[in-house]
Amino acid sequence: MRKLVIAISMLSLAVSAAFADPILDRQGLMKERGKLVGGLSKIAKGEADFDAAAVLTQLQALQVNAEKFDVDALFPAGSDTGDTTASPKIWEDMAGFKSAEDKYLADVKAAVAAAPADVDALKAQVGTIGSDCGTCHQGYRIKKG
Amino acid sequence: MPLLKKLVGAALVLGGVGAVAGWLLSAPVRLDSETLAQLGPGDAARGKRIFYAGGCTSCHARPGSEGEARLQLVGGLELKTPFGTFVPPNISQDPKDGIGAWTVEDLANAMLKGVSPSGEHFYPAFPYASYARMKPADIADLYAFLKTLPAVAGKAPDNSLSFPFNIRRGLGLWKRLYLSNEPVIALADGTPDPVLAGRYLVEGPGHCGECHTPRDFTGGTRKSQWLAGAAAAEGSGIVPNITSGEGGIGDWSEADIANYLETGFTPDFDSVGGAMVDVQRNMAELTPEDRAAIAAYLKAIPPHPNGYPVRSKPAK
Repeated sequence: MRKLVIAISMLSLAVSAAFADPILDRQGLMKERGKLVGGLSKIAKGEADFDAAAVLTQLQALQVNAEKFDVDALFPAGSDTGDTTASPKIWEDMAGFKSAEDKYLADVKAAVAAAPADVDALKAQVGTIGSDCGTCHQGYRIKKG
Repeated sequence: MPLLKKLVGAALVLGGVGAVAGWLLSAPVRLDSETLAQLGPGDAARGKRIFYAGGCTSCHARPGSEGEARLQLVGGLELKTPFGTFVPPNISQDPKDGIGAWTVEDLANAMLKGVSPSGEHFYPAFPYASYARMKPADIADLYAFLKTLPAVAGKAPDNSLSFPFNIRRGLGLWKRLYLSNEPVIALADGTPDPVLAGRYLVEGPGHCGECHTPRDFTGGTRKSQWLAGAAAAEGSGIVPNITSGEGGIGDWSEADIANYLETGFTPDFDSVGGAMVDVQRNMAELTPEDRAAIAAYLKAIPPHPNGYPVRSKPAK
């Protein structure tokens, strides 16, 4: 019985993997990322109250999101066409793309590790993280109509 | 036969007249002495603002440089466009490879008239069609600030353009069509100061229209679609509509626009991308008043629908 359950769950995993659309997956992660950064940015700007515990929870969620961003799985060869704004440069310069993503993850982890105690600390962290967003979107995304 | 001879003769004469007229009309035109007199002494502190408003470093820094290195204006970026590849030159203070030997009048003629010290036309990839609207005193301030930046040796490669765009002289005719120091958007008397200040920043030093406005086949910006967005000059993407028309930023508040220019986040927390990343980093160096002025102007201009074709969404 136990074996059967495992077998079925393995099968369903394999099926969901086969049907997964990497373009939709990465867009979903990016949207979630934007929402989280947005919430933090509002606090950094003073539009929402600073609550150290809530901020840390959001930063941790951002880290979970960043750790889920498996470049190899989300940007397989051939996923440069379709309804995507990913630039062909991702596949031409995979190493550069990955290192930009790694820097982002490292900066998010650093923010979690140094749990911000006040708005100014958070502001600096949001600035660093926002600059990472820009760096990646500068070279690896194409704005489309 | 005599008729043919006459026709050939007439054609030759006409062609000759046309060539002479074309040569005269395409001659580089420098600033008059009245404008040069307005340059003034220049102030480096004020010039720093103009430097960032003008985005000089976005094209003239060594490609890919960050932080302080962006003040090393050695050139060398490659702008790949349908006309060919433009390479922004070294504008550092190196007297031989850069512009260290230029006078303030040289800089003013370059930025306001697109004419080099040796009397050649610059290509309008150097956005003098926008800079032409700048105040001479701002050029003098910029000159003073550029003097504080390092001299960096090294010549950038030449442009490589296709015919007929490789004939510099022809740009004289282009300038007759597109070079003007008049504002693009006429604003009524009594327009609030921030809107006027924003118009100056956007239409002049900021040269936003160079990318955000569609161009006709000769490469001039279409003023009837001012800032309506355009197909990117480089690559396959688009540059967004920044009017309040359909597809534009009508649902952004002035505060949203100013915040975007400061932080790089859109109201729905997407981030700045593409060539705008460098622009936004420059805009972040301006004062909150300047960013608010840009926002006020963008909300005041005529709305247009997107200036680029609708993307046909690929089938999945």
